[in-house]
Amino acid sequence: MMKLYTRRIWINRIGITLSMAAMSLGLIALLWILWTLFSKGFAALNWDIFTQDTPAPGTEGGGLRNAIVGSGLILLFSMLISTPVGIMAGIYLAEFGRVSKFASFTRFMTDIMLSAPSIVIGLFVYALFVTTTGGFSGWAGSLALSLIAIPVVVRTTENMLKLVPTSLREAAFAVGAPRWQVSLKVTLRAVKSGVVTGVLLAMARITGETAPLLFTALNNQFFNTDMNKPMGNLPVVIYQFALSPYDNWISLAWGGALLIAFLVLAVNIAVRVVFRNKDKR
Amino acid sequence: MPVQAMPADENVALQVRNLDFFYGDFKGLSNVNLDIAHKKVTAFIGPSGCGKSTLLRTFNRMYDLYPKQRAEGQILFHGKNLLDRSQDVNLVRASIGMVFQKPTPFPMTIYENIAFGVRLYKRMSRSAMDDRVEWALKKAALWGEVKDKLQQSGLSLSGGQQQRLCIARAVAVKPEIVLLDEPTSALDPISTAKIEELINELKSDYTIAIVTHNMQQAARISDYTAFMYLGELIEFNETGTIFMRPGKKQTEDYITGRFG
Repeated sequence: MMKLYTRRIWINRIGITLSMAAMSLGLIALLWILWTLFSKGFAALNWDIFTQDTPAPGTEGGGLRNAIVGSGLILLFSMLISTPVGIMAGIYLAEFGRVSKFASFTRFMTDIMLSAPSIVIGLFVYALFVTTTGGFSGWAGSLALSLIAIPVVVRTTENMLKLVPTSLREAAFAVGAPRWQVSLKVTLRAVKSGVVTGVLLAMARITGETAPLLFTALNNQFFNTDMNKPMGNLPVVIYQFALSPYDNWISLAWGGALLIAFLVLAVNIAVRVVFRNKDKR
Repeated sequence: MPVQAMPADENVALQVRNLDFFYGDFKGLSNVNLDIAHKKVTAFIGPSGCGKSTLLRTFNRMYDLYPKQRAEGQILFHGKNLLDRSQDVNLVRASIGMVFQKPTPFPMTIYENIAFGVRLYKRMSRSAMDDRVEWALKKAALWGEVKDKLQQSGLSLSGGQQQRLCIARAVAVKPEIVLLDEPTSALDPISTAKIEELINELKSDYTIAIVTHNMQQAARISDYTAFMYLGELIEFNETGTIFMRPGKKQTEDYITGRFG
């Protein structure tokens, strides 16, 4: 009996050691990336990044103003498209079509879209939208990004609504409420913070996407707020500048990468704040 | 045939006739016949799984939410069969309210919890709504405790208060019948006593049907008691008779605690 017990202790120790090793490996890689990003990114950060546009080849200095504003606009409109579509589809899946064939088909397609390579989505929008509307544009970029964000919002909304206790849903039906009122006014409200979290995580997901923007929004080295024209954006600028021979371009790429990292960090903090408020109620 | 003393015709709120209920292939109720007396409390007792909650949930067609559940037979309410496909279920539920085992306040303010149901079928002015909310909360003996915090979330109340809020919500739409599905089984004895008192007062205005696991509770608060076992109505009579002189051996065994 003691022998069996000692054996178990040893297996436990080996297991803990292996999992700690795996964790440190991951953590070291992450810290290394962050360290490089911070040291090179902070060196590049200065006021010019926010006030000047991307420099022409061979010129000194320059900033990322056009890319920051472009990224902001593209993100804003893709969230304006994907939030309502995603939430409504999520409500349909969880409240209206739990057992219907069409719902399980939609659910299946959503899962495929979740794992579709983002470059495929970019090409899809290029073939269907860019070539038919007469060229690269901010709208095409927003469209491509929303195609990536929608399935994330759909699945989180659906999963959150499925967590609503049956008793609450029945109670709402019991006062004679029609299904759409039950969904919008009772169950969706009960999981509001979870749905907001899903939307914010979807936004974090698309903030750094490069591939879908390459063939859609393209890039624009001039300041532009017209969504019908090609639009500068951080991921594509980083991609192009990081591969360039110019020192100031490479430095700007690091600065841009740091900005994106900060934005994603801010979104994740926002998610936590939303959840903390929910716990307090 | 079950031994029963049916209330006289004009005093009947619901007539259940030859009711069968199915969960998929499983038969949950078979051939239930009984009358629910107008403005009286009717209690349903029996061991777990005997079909008493199932029966209650046919009265407001709650089972409709689940595609595999169906009821056959008749439940007459004002001369019409509630189980007819042509019946508008939402209208049925507006006149036959329900309170559940677990308190289920909606995720909104106390005021809105009450106003939500009222607004579904009536357009009224702000002040009329204020009056209705106050009236309902008074009916549920909750007004004194919440009158200064109507704008707080319904979830901030204690369990017993939440359950009274649910009762207020049910009576606010002025239904004719209130169904109570084990309304006190999640509550402490003091909250339970308050709810029982409340049921006693409510029966002057409403017909009440209550499912309970607690036989003493049934004896305390009900006028009629139905004993169910394995999906069948074994015995239905005035509460005094059921508890003092039950007509069937099974009923006697259950109320004396010999099985169940």
